[in-house]
Amino acid sequence: MTAARCWPSMDMLRSEPMQLVQLIIPIESAHRAISYLGDLGLFQFKDLNAEKSPFQRTYATQIKRCGEMARKLRFLRDQMKRTGFLSSSWSPMGTNVNLDELEVKLGEYEAELLEMNTNTEKLQRSYNELLEYKLVLEKASQVFYSAEHNAIAQHREVEQALGEGSIDSPLLLEQEMSSEPSKQVKLGFVSGLVAREKSMTFERILFRSTRGNVYHRQVVVEEPVTDPVSGDKVEKNVFVVFYSGERAKNKILKICDAFGANRYPFPDDIGKQYQMITEVSGKLSELKTTIDIGQLHRATLLQSIGYEFEQWNLLVKKEKSIYHTLNMLSLDVTKKCLVGEGWCPTFATNQIQNVLNRATVDSNSQVGAIFQVLHTKDSPPTYFRTNKFTSAFQEIVDAYGVAKYQEANPGVYTIVTFPFLFAVMFGDWGHGICLFLATLYFILREKKLSNQKLGDIMEMAFGGRYVIMMMALFSIYTGLIYNEFFSVPFELFGRSAYDCRDSTCREASTLGLIKVRHTYPFGVDPKWHGTRSELPFLNSLKMKMSILLGVVQMNLGIILSYYNAKFFRNDLNVWYQFVPQMIFLNSLFGYLSLLIIVKWCTGSQADLYHVMIYMFLSPTDDLGENQLFMGQKFLQIALLLAALVAVPWMLFPKPFLLKKQHEERHRGQAYALLDSTEDDSFELEEHKGSRGHEEFEFSEVFVHQVIHTIEFVLGAVSNTASYLRLWALSLAHSELSSVFYEKVLLLAWGFNNIFILIIGIVVFICATVGVLLLMETLSAFLHALRLHWVEFQSKFYEGDGYKFSPFSFVSIGDDEE
Amino acid sequence: MYGFEALTFNIHGGYLEAIVRGYRSGLLTAADYNNLCQCETLDDIKMHLSATEYGPYLQNEPSPLHTTTIVEKCTLKLVDEYKHMLAQATEPLSTFLEYITYGHMIDNVVLIVTGTLHERDVQELLEKCHPLGMFDSIATLAVAQNMRELYRLVLVDTPLAPYFSECITSEDLDDMNIEIMRNTLYKAYLEDFYRFCQKLGGATAEIMSDLLAFEADRRAVNITINSIGTELTRDDRRKLYSNFGLLYPYGHEELAVCEDIDQVRAAMEKYPPYQSIFSKLSYGESQMLDKAFYEEEVKRLCLAFEQQFHYGVFFAYMRLREQEIRNLMWISECVAQNQKSRVHDSVVFIF
Repeated sequence: MTAARCWPSMDMLRSEPMQLVQLIIPIESAHRAISYLGDLGLFQFKDLNAEKSPFQRTYATQIKRCGEMARKLRFLRDQMKRTGFLSSSWSPMGTNVNLDELEVKLGEYEAELLEMNTNTEKLQRSYNELLEYKLVLEKASQVFYSAEHNAIAQHREVEQALGEGSIDSPLLLEQEMSSEPSKQVKLGFVSGLVAREKSMTFERILFRSTRGNVYHRQVVVEEPVTDPVSGDKVEKNVFVVFYSGERAKNKILKICDAFGANRYPFPDDIGKQYQMITEVSGKLSELKTTIDIGQLHRATLLQSIGYEFEQWNLLVKKEKSIYHTLNMLSLDVTKKCLVGEGWCPTFATNQIQNVLNRATVDSNSQVGAIFQVLHTKDSPPTYFRTNKFTSAFQEIVDAYGVAKYQEANPGVYTIVTFPFLFAVMFGDWGHGICLFLATLYFILREKKLSNQKLGDIMEMAFGGRYVIMMMALFSIYTGLIYNEFFSVPFELFGRSAYDCRDSTCREASTLGLIKVRHTYPFGVDPKWHGTRSELPFLNSLKMKMSILLGVVQMNLGIILSYYNAKFFRNDLNVWYQFVPQMIFLNSLFGYLSLLIIVKWCTGSQADLYHVMIYMFLSPTDDLGENQLFMGQKFLQIALLLAALVAVPWMLFPKPFLLKKQHEERHRGQAYALLDSTEDDSFELEEHKGSRGHEEFEFSEVFVHQVIHTIEFVLGAVSNTASYLRLWALSLAHSELSSVFYEKVLLLAWGFNNIFILIIGIVVFICATVGVLLLMETLSAFLHALRLHWVEFQSKFYEGDGYKFSPFSFVSIGDDEE
Repeated sequence: MYGFEALTFNIHGGYLEAIVRGYRSGLLTAADYNNLCQCETLDDIKMHLSATEYGPYLQNEPSPLHTTTIVEKCTLKLVDEYKHMLAQATEPLSTFLEYITYGHMIDNVVLIVTGTLHERDVQELLEKCHPLGMFDSIATLAVAQNMRELYRLVLVDTPLAPYFSECITSEDLDDMNIEIMRNTLYKAYLEDFYRFCQKLGGATAEIMSDLLAFEADRRAVNITINSIGTELTRDDRRKLYSNFGLLYPYGHEELAVCEDIDQVRAAMEKYPPYQSIFSKLSYGESQMLDKAFYEEEVKRLCLAFEQQFHYGVFFAYMRLREQEIRNLMWISECVAQNQKSRVHDSVVFIF
């Protein structure tokens, strides 16, 4: 953290000045140097070997080694997860493990675990087989019992029938019965377990293949059984199949194999059955103890791994990223040093040099690393140093497009304008306070929450906690101006200016009210609330306010384009873009804003729609009663003319001047090339860089300018109209909240019944939280976002840069697969 | 409803079409193949593939790799994707997707039946089966002794049952009539698939009929070439050709009487689309024909992606992936057996 102190003060408007740097690092200290640079995290390497495939690069073998180790680590983690250990138990960075040692260690652990696994698997398998066998013994005996029972019952029935000597009884029955044992072919049977989902098809196939000459019984096993082969829990049925004949047996055995049905022998004799059951139970308990001992051993091993697992994991990830970075460097001809190129902020020059020196000393290298600034025409990456407060706002801007290198950054203004425009739509200080309390929770528990994993939506809310806090604070402020607290007016800043003329005046009309005191000092007078003229008054106020805010923000955007032009020394943009744009926007909508302010100050009754419309339709007509000030007509004609002039001013000069400039530059370059042959290395590089600018297609530039002009002229109208969303959303918000307040809470209150009141309060809270606090926040957020991205940023922001993404170890820990 | 798919297609098919197009963009490109062809060991191949969409499937494989592992894992990816799509699909797309796998089912049936005939272990055979063509009772195929039993025991439950109507005989199975069974089944399958696509109508019918016609024609040529010099009669041969496609019916008449490869060539060169395939081959050569057909197929499959709102993309994607896996298998084999000079013999670049 000492590094943080020597950073220069925050400068968000322009991105950090960057430089392209060449590093020449001797091969023996390269690994350490890169690792130190990764700790510093301020250097973005360029891939100098882009044309080589991954396995042709210098450090491919090391990367393969790391990949192999990562695989082993994943295996270990998998094993730990299966046994229920969490590897989160952080070990202090105690023993310093070396990569080679770790590789050996991991190999040993893996082999040991694999061996253990195969052993336990074997044991487990026989254990499960025995379990299944036991089940078969139990269930199949049920089958036999019930069959026997039935047979006896049947037999008795038959005997009874015979005793009665009924005529119905078949005469041949006795004969048949008696002849049975002699004639009977010995029925064989197969018993076993089959998965329940397959049992139907199993039965069907059995039936088909033996042409129905089987007797098949199934008994459901209630609990899922662990399959010995796969080790998964499967729901199974015990089956017993009776057949006759050798061919049928073969077929049945084949089918059993095909269905993965495990067969188990089942003794006929009941005594034998009992014997088997006790035998199997004994074996089971024996196996159980063996398995338990094995598991215990395995658990201790895994635990010892678990202590150091995170550290190893981090080490392997670091090493892998270091080798990936090393692969981006190109090998020198002498094969003794690596040459790397990359971007770094100018302020970090010293830090990087220090780090390189430290690497040289630490690795006892004879030769130091060389740090050399290169000149280039490539556009550098954009790097804003943000803190936890500004980063969320910068994210909002970056989501639209990353700023061009050193372009004016709208993020600075977004910090204030974004929450403010949000609050204009969300003005209610009660809701604001709720929102504020919610973010306060996030902010106070920041340290704890930032370390743990939150859900998707929570993560988003947490990331934008400072944005939401600002939004909440601003909505408290605008809520006070609108005088809204869950749509209840308060007399916070003194008493209302209006009062009843006499005792007969009704609440719902302003007609009976007279002004008795000074104007209400801050915000909207509470007496407006609930009156018949409340809406017309607030609409007019909010609409005009929206236009004022919009015109101000758009002007700010155009002024920023001026600063950009000045910064990049582009006079063309100042004179042929900034100036006419300013004139156009302000002669129409600046003028409208002026009229609004004049109207507010003078209290005039003039119709501003009429003024604006007839300014275009018949500028020379007399204004009549709509006149606000002297000479308004002539001012309007002048402004209209100025606006008309501004359009071709924007359209034509710039492309032609660009063309002229290009031709001049081209001519100059042709001369310059001839006499600058001596220092060609530098010149060549510059030449290479500037090749992109050489192609100049006039038609393309002109079409671009036409589009740009049309966009601006139409945009001026549509963007101003677009700011009316501020009014619309704020109206919707206040109306919704008043509906919830009046139609739910007050209505419930009116019944004078405690249950209805409770229901009313619950509904009111749900509606307020669900609709007003969540959905309305979201919609106001989106509209504020749009106003910034489209209406504001389109005036000046190019946003075609790319982000500075330094090689840093900080981000390695986070990416979990 | 030709031309009106744009209105309604996305209601049910939009998500999956987006998914399949996303999958398609994950197919290996010519640059990838060039890199793969330069690999020295199978580990190099694994390393290169780890940067592609196959990465997650190969990353947990321990280091001494085998070609079979690579192929198995790559197939697993295809199967996972297929299952995902099938799970999301509604009718008639789900039926369409199921149709795609019937070809593998036929191959698996034939594989198991032939394997049992030569007394191979069923478990071993099952491992060799294509996972897309698996069905519940596939292992039971080993029980059957002749076609009739085969049908009655097992296949009556599978979607292949209707295709069997033409080849139920009580003859015992042997290599020859298994092969005939395969082709008869395939013929019935292709015709059924073709009819199904025609029923769907619209761009699906248009594109799929083209792709299936190509498939049918290719099979016709292969049957002809493979049956030259065998005891198969002309009429029997004629019966194995599918009743649609560019060659139907006159081309089939000519193919049925062909006695050597040059006659096949003469018959085929009358059809402009196939002229270009045969013009690449020298006379009397049939070795490279497979590759030429594969190349043509890949070209056609890629074209299927040019149109939107039809099911052909699913078929095309599955086929392209399979081709890609074949390519990977060939490359891995070449690398594993140190035959790198032959790498380009059988690799069909997709993009």
